[in-house]
Amino acid sequence: MNRPTPESFVVRPRVDHEGTELEGDMLEVSMGPQHPSTHGVFRMDVVLDGETVVKLKPVFGYLHRNHEKIAEGTSYLGSMPYTDRLDYFCSLTNNWAYALAVERLAGLQVPERAEYIRVITAELTRLQNHVGLCGFLLQDMGALGTPLMWAFRQREKVLDLFESLTGARMMCNYMRFGGCRCDLPAGWLEQARTVVADFPAFLREFETLLSGNEILMARTQGVGRLSPELAVAGSVTGPMLRASGVDYDVRKVDRYGIYDRFEFRVPLGDHGDVYDRYMIRVLEMHESLAILRQALKGIPGGPVIDPKAKLRGFRPKPGESYGRIEGPKGELGFYLVSDGGPNPYRYRIRPPSFINLTLLEDMCLGRSIADAVIILGSVDIVLGEVDR
Amino acid sequence: MIDEGLKNELAKQGVVATSLQELYNWGRSNSVWPLSFGLACCAIEMIAASMSRWDISRFGSEVFRPSPRQADLMIVAGTVTKKMAPQVVRLYNQMPEPKYVIAMGACAISGGPFKQGYNVLKGIDRLLPVDIHIPGCPPRPEALLHALIALQEKIAGEKLTGPNRPRHLRADAPSEFPVPEFGPHDLVPPKNDALWKPIPFVRAG
Amino acid sequence: MAMPLPVLEELKSLLEAALPGVRTELVPNGPVPAQASLRVAPTDADAAARFLRDDPRLRLDTCSNVTGIDWPDREEKTTSKAIVDGVEKETVEIRRVPGYLEVVYHLYSVSLKHGPVILRQRTANRGDDCTVASLTPVWRGCEFQEREVYDLFGVRFAGHPDLRRILMWEGFLDHPMRRDYVAPDDHEYEPTPHDEVLALAKAHYPAPEAKP
Ligand code: SF4
Repeated sequence: MNRPTPESFVVRPRVDHEGTELEGDMLEVSMGPQHPSTHGVFRMDVVLDGETVVKLKPVFGYLHRNHEKIAEGTSYLGSMPYTDRLDYFCSLTNNWAYALAVERLAGLQVPERAEYIRVITAELTRLQNHVGLCGFLLQDMGALGTPLMWAFRQREKVLDLFESLTGARMMCNYMRFGGCRCDLPAGWLEQARTVVADFPAFLREFETLLSGNEILMARTQGVGRLSPELAVAGSVTGPMLRASGVDYDVRKVDRYGIYDRFEFRVPLGDHGDVYDRYMIRVLEMHESLAILRQALKGIPGGPVIDPKAKLRGFRPKPGESYGRIEGPKGELGFYLVSDGGPNPYRYRIRPPSFINLTLLEDMCLGRSIADAVIILGSVDIVLGEVDR
Repeated sequence: MIDEGLKNELAKQGVVATSLQELYNWGRSNSVWPLSFGLACCAIEMIAASMSRWDISRFGSEVFRPSPRQADLMIVAGTVTKKMAPQVVRLYNQMPEPKYVIAMGACAISGGPFKQGYNVLKGIDRLLPVDIHIPGCPPRPEALLHALIALQEKIAGEKLTGPNRPRHLRADAPSEFPVPEFGPHDLVPPKNDALWKPIPFVRAG
Repeated sequence: MAMPLPVLEELKSLLEAALPGVRTELVPNGPVPAQASLRVAPTDADAAARFLRDDPRLRLDTCSNVTGIDWPDREEKTTSKAIVDGVEKETVEIRRVPGYLEVVYHLYSVSLKHGPVILRQRTANRGDDCTVASLTPVWRGCEFQEREVYDLFGVRFAGHPDLRRILMWEGFLDHPMRRDYVAPDDHEYEPTPHDEVLALAKAHYPAPEAKP
């Protein structure tokens, strides 16, 4: 394993412009847990040579809320609201991943309409997550205010849809084992179609302003490169993996739900730098919109939950199952071990943003500290999921 | 003290009469600068409140300061874990007086849904004095605005003299609170006994 | 190109043919038969993992998920009937089954787009000998997850480059995800206690007053 170490890393000749050798100590900086750029309570212990990062150790656990332990003392259904709070931007995809794992374990079928609703809500979730990320990423780059405000303006439209469907803006708690909690309210599909139809105009505006922006390109291109081989070895998933040019999307590979019925492309990056990660998200939003258009057109009628699904007294047979989906941040998996009781014996979440941070140090070494901030921003972490 | 009736009468004539206390509190209550400090999910709603749709700047609080030295208000937005609790207290201690705390969300009030967690502090009240609690999981941005208005009213009603004057005008009241340490099994001490006393509870029936 | 993965029995024989001396055990999985798993001894884990990663038919290049599971000591009762002196007697034999900690790896192939292959390792017991082989040298992605298993379960990974606590603070002594972990008692104020919490909270309350 060729891990770069601070010693093996040639930073720069320590001479000033006249050729005199400079002497100086390394500076140790503890960024976080309260730091405006760390997206919550994340900490990086950074060793700096001048402004250059020579060592970076992430420190976790400031939001370790013991989700897994609590879930082992709660019924299967009782953990559903907790999954909302995992990655609090994307409660609906979290619900889906958990429901998928339990459905595998208990052998439940999901009615067609519910599958469509799941796809629609999951893609809406992806939209609002990616748009929020782009705003935050630009905020980290110093574009204070405007991009984030635009992003949140658009995000609110999606949140309104969630609210009218589930009653909550962020903590939707909507999916159930074998379907969804309730049917779509009257007029919801129309409302969703309007949001989907208006979204491209927003994206156009956003892209005109930002994607070709010289400052953005100067700040992000070539920064935080991640080679495809390292990304795969480091279990990186999601948009970050695809930005490195690896064609791997769980929606295409596993074809869970009904994703095989929709036409969409998987955008891939060339360079694996921060700019590619940003662009992948923008392009994924376009693809999500394409899926949404097809799903909103084709949604059939029918029940939204398997009538055989038991909500109370739910006890799957002993065994284990692993269910994973392509969450907006990467591969979100749930691993459940059942001992036949009402509570899961072991409940494990595979948190994509936590595992994507494995290679943070490799991406940041040799870059300046300001680059480390945007590299972290481009990983798209949510601390609720990183620390659980 | 000016008579209220006379003051209103003068106001109709375009003459504003006020007391130093009112002026001081008016200024303070309308420029409460929060510390930009998000802990968990509730922080996203806090950010949403500061965005264009809810626009917290209508109430003079859009200036989220990254440094505690410049902030007046700490919005504890999210779950305080035991690993984070010392840092929260330290940040509070670093804020200059007068300072206020809003506990936003069920987690900050009591541990909320994560109350049974081994690493979750069951309410920031155990370590810091809280002025306003906002229930909800997460509270909507409107609720945060409501809390802010309630805080403004509280500030506006403060007396600058007399025995009931606020903490920052009293030499004997503490403005810093002890920072707990990491122990082998729990925080040491797990709570500030001088500050927080559990409400005596007797189960009915 | 998606390639079908050999079924687990086949994979097991592939592995044992390629690595003589490595014994694996097939662990069936009732509800999801496709997710049965292979158990390897900690001494063989590294070689087996390298084989799974490098074999051209498998190419399991990503370790997606690392999980710890705690199986505490349990007591197994066996009842046997015997006729002693013409009278039927029941003897209950209680056997202590020692517990162990288990680490489960979910492997996928990104290049061949198949998976999962599930690999398990077991520690000898839950006390003084809970060491398994670290697979971080094989798959970089295990690094933080193995640290997490070490932190929460107390499994030691031999060969891990940086085995420290990750979620709890340094100086914390317990391993909270173990089944027998007792959380610190801070139930002084429980407005709506029920079940176990009620039992814990009662210790803090004054004795209920006698009703008139
Ligand atoms: S109160 Fe609810 S929304 Fe707020 S931090 Fe706690 S779990 Fe998250």
